Amino acid sequence: MNVLGPLIDNFNYFIIIFLMVSGLYVVVARGNMIKKLVGLSLFQTSVYLLYLSPGKILGGTPPIIDENFQIYSNPLPHVLILTAIVVAIATLALGLALVLRINEEYGTIEEDEIFAAGDEDT
Amino acid sequence: MISSNLPALQVVIPLLGAVLAALVRRGRLAWLIALAVSWTMPVIAFALLRQVEAQGVVSYALGGWAPPLGIEYRVDLVSAYILILVSLMGALVMSYAPRSVASEIAPERQAWFYTMYLLCLTGLLGITITGDAFNAFVFLEVSSLSTYVLIALGRDRRALLSAYQYLIVGTIGATFYVIGVGLLYVMTGTLNLADIAARIGDVENIRPLLAALAFITVGISLKIALFPVHLWLPNAYAFAPSVVTIFLASTATKVAIYLLLRYLFSVFGVAFVFDDLPVTEILIALSVAAMLVASIVAVFQANVKRMLAYSSVAQIGYITLGIALATQTGLTGGIVHIFNHALMKAALFMAIGGIVFQTGIVRIEDMAGIGRRMPLTMGAFVIAGLALVGVPGTVGFVSKYYLVTAAVEQGFWWLAAIIVLSSLIALVYIGRVIEVAWFREPAAGIEAAREPPLEMLALTWIVTAAIVVLGFNTDLTAGIAGRAAEVLLAGMK
Amino acid sequence: MNADSLVVLALAVPLAGAGLIALTGRNPNLRETVTIVTSLALFATVIGVAVAVFSGANPRTASLELFTGVELGFSVEPLGMIFALVASGLWIANSIYSIGYMRGNNEPRQTSFYVCFAIAIAGAIGVAFAGNLFTLFLFYEILTLSTYPLVVHKANAEAVSAGRIYLLMLLGTSMGLLLPAIVWTGVVAGTLDFMPGGILQGKLGGTALGLLLALFVFGIGKAALMPMHFWLPAAMVAPTPVSALLHAVAVVKAGVFVVLKVIIYIFGIEFLATTGAGDWLLYVAGFTVITASLIALRQDNLKRRLAYSTVSQLAYVVLGAAILTPISVMGAALHILAHAVSKITLFFAAGSIATAANLTQVSQLNGIGRRMPWTMSAFAIGALSMIGVPPTVGFVGKWFILSGAMTSQNWIAVAIIVISTMLNAAYFLPIVFNAFFRAPDNPGGKDHEHGEAPWPMVLALTATAIGTLALFFFPDVPFTLAAMLVAR
Repeated sequence: MNVLGPLIDNFNYFIIIFLMVSGLYVVVARGNMIKKLVGLSLFQTSVYLLYLSPGKILGGTPPIIDENFQIYSNPLPHVLILTAIVVAIATLALGLALVLRINEEYGTIEEDEIFAAGDEDT
Repeated sequence: MISSNLPALQVVIPLLGAVLAALVRRGRLAWLIALAVSWTMPVIAFALLRQVEAQGVVSYALGGWAPPLGIEYRVDLVSAYILILVSLMGALVMSYAPRSVASEIAPERQAWFYTMYLLCLTGLLGITITGDAFNAFVFLEVSSLSTYVLIALGRDRRALLSAYQYLIVGTIGATFYVIGVGLLYVMTGTLNLADIAARIGDVENIRPLLAALAFITVGISLKIALFPVHLWLPNAYAFAPSVVTIFLASTATKVAIYLLLRYLFSVFGVAFVFDDLPVTEILIALSVAAMLVASIVAVFQANVKRMLAYSSVAQIGYITLGIALATQTGLTGGIVHIFNHALMKAALFMAIGGIVFQTGIVRIEDMAGIGRRMPLTMGAFVIAGLALVGVPGTVGFVSKYYLVTAAVEQGFWWLAAIIVLSSLIALVYIGRVIEVAWFREPAAGIEAAREPPLEMLALTWIVTAAIVVLGFNTDLTAGIAGRAAEVLLAGMK
Repeated sequence: MNADSLVVLALAVPLAGAGLIALTGRNPNLRETVTIVTSLALFATVIGVAVAVFSGANPRTASLELFTGVELGFSVEPLGMIFALVASGLWIANSIYSIGYMRGNNEPRQTSFYVCFAIAIAGAIGVAFAGNLFTLFLFYEILTLSTYPLVVHKANAEAVSAGRIYLLMLLGTSMGLLLPAIVWTGVVAGTLDFMPGGILQGKLGGTALGLLLALFVFGIGKAALMPMHFWLPAAMVAPTPVSALLHAVAVVKAGVFVVLKVIIYIFGIEFLATTGAGDWLLYVAGFTVITASLIALRQDNLKRRLAYSTVSQLAYVVLGAAILTPISVMGAALHILAHAVSKITLFFAAGSIATAANLTQVSQLNGIGRRMPWTMSAFAIGALSMIGVPPTVGFVGKWFILSGAMTSQNWIAVAIIVISTMLNAAYFLPIVFNAFFRAPDNPGGKDHEHGEAPWPMVLALTATAIGTLALFFFPDVPFTLAAMLVAR
């Protein structure tokens, strides 16, 4: 029973780790460029949870001053993650644009096919 | 009023310049904007250095909100050093750029090129000047994203692939970094670097701190192309436009190294990182691998830009070696090599840029006899190459002397031998280019080659002259580096 | 002008000369005049410094600190004076010879040739006058880099691969062994300055001292101590003026000069003698002396035979230092001068033969003394000096080294000197004999239509041959300097 306790208490971290690792796995294991970007997004999502979940105080409210409530959840991680999400979106957009152009140039977005394309060695 | 807002101006001016360049459609005009902005940057950087020398640390509260809750821009000797390096290199590269960019990038994209360049400059300067961990991430991504675009603008279609590869690796690196910052935030409750440094001693549970250190170090290692996660760099340098390669080789990895220095020495502290953990051993092992393996691989490259890129990986190994030794001499050697390597690689890539501009040739074998047709350009290449080998009288010797001295001081004889051995390998790959360039009959594409346009040649030689002059007068490079090393080793106050 | 500024002038003159030569490249006669005038001006400046040194002064320049622990500074002492006088004096003869050779053989790219020469001589002067290990190292490398284009001058495949060996060996030894040795010295002694009596006393001992000495000796690749000698025969592909001045005088002499200087002013002769850390050097030097002579015996190419002879003779200098007595060190210093003057004569003669008769092999030289009496007489004098026969200057150096060996009862050294003298005779005397007393192999062939080489070449080699003899009869200048050297 002692084992289950910490596991349940920290379930958010386990989810974070699962997302992190599976995202990284997809990036490394998949040769399709769009799938890699999907994996990257998955990986970045774990970071959002890493920031947000510790910020939530059990029994805490949003930071609105009121006599009835003393405990507030931390709003700062939300701000940080908004920024991080924007960065991730920009990265994803750029990545997809690159994939589009690569598809135009090579006719495929599978990495093994691209490497087999044998560009002349300059 | 200006002098009190210098830290903000260092970042805001290139940012506004980027917006302006985006609005302008013509490449020439965009270049002028970029040039003007680029030359204001060193002025501000030197002014900041004066302020730092006068008052120790310059602390600037962005938006008037006081740290540690507000974002703080914090300039000390180390940041000032890197600011000067990045801004100087940016200015020199922009002065070199116009015709090279015009020849390698489609006319309708040139304004975008300058926009991205200015954004990249903003990001790099921002990373250096900020005193907030998350703010550093934002600037890191600003510079990285613009770098991906810059690389993708290259002529060869493999530039797209290189940009994509760098995007994947770089994003993973930045995300690792932000995970580390997240763990630090959870444990210390603040994002201000100085504040984290002050609070980190009070943290009871060390494990998350160790994890944070690991994530941050690995994340930044991906950005600095530390062996063995360096694979994105050779392709990126080889296929990006020549001007982009010059700029990246002299600034991008250097700023990431600065960030690593900041975390290892100022935030976590020498005692935490080097005394208790095997960071020294690990970093030395990776640096040695970088120095030897990358140098050897460079010997076998057919593309001269790729060869120089692998050489960069090896030289970054020198810098991390200096950091790993973590003594006054070693750290000075690492920091001074940041500056010196930037100069050497800038000169080398500028010379190659001139050759590419005139002949379009990047294969070493195709450069046969080019020394006879473009003697000034190749002369600069020779001098910068000799600096890479570490011949005395050049900046390369200064760094090497510090590093070998640091190794001998600690009794690491084998390390001194390896440093020297990798310099000799550098001699082999530089010598190969020299032999092909001077001792063969001019190849087919070389016959009609002449020296590149004046601004390209002049700037190549300005940087080359600096390589020799700063090899003798080392106040700016080694002098400041030495004091910066003292500051880092003392930890953040 | 005081002596201190003359030291700086001695460096400025050849460098300025290099610039002027580059500018006057279009006009060969003007360019050659610049070379000659520069060499004369340099010699005059060096004599000016010598005058000061003779009166006991120690001309020096202020030290410029480059970065922590590393300074640029010059300080003239007797050994450096000898080297500077040798290098600058023989540059005049070599310039005259070069004019004859380069024009006689219609060599291409003559301007870059003369420019690199001037820079190389500047490097040699820098090495001679260096006041600390860093300055020495800087000019030592300048010497390597400026002589590389000279070695590969012919630009054919053979020259390029020889150049590769040259550069890799010299830079490999200097970067790989000499630089760590310098750093180690700096860390241990706290300074890199040359001091009479050395700077390592009490700082290092036992095997570490011996190891440091080994790093220095093998790191100074220009001294061509085996096995770091391969570059020298390879460099013989260069035009003969290069082989003559650089590989008989400036480059190789810089090598043994640095070895001597390090032994005297970094380690200190008494210190090395008492600790015994330098004993192995005797055997290494002795091995090189004998082995190189044996290899020389088997060479048919004249220049290669002279090259191996140089390797052997350089090891004499190191041998003289390794015996570690004042007299033998004097001998070593004197032998620097003696070998320089004699060997340059021999190389001049070899180049003369190649230019006039198109012959390069020893076996082809029968009877050539009849057609080229001046050349072969000079060769004979040089050969006798190599063997060490009076009245040539070669006798002086060997005699002192031998005396030093005998007084310290170093019978191994004595044996080495005796055996090698016999070997020298074995590979030199037959050449002289065959040249004068044998009939040519194929009468009526092409090699009978020639006479002497162009007059500048003959002038130069006659001058140095006379010098070889004269220095035996008038040795005051080198003697005084050598005596001052060991008196400190």
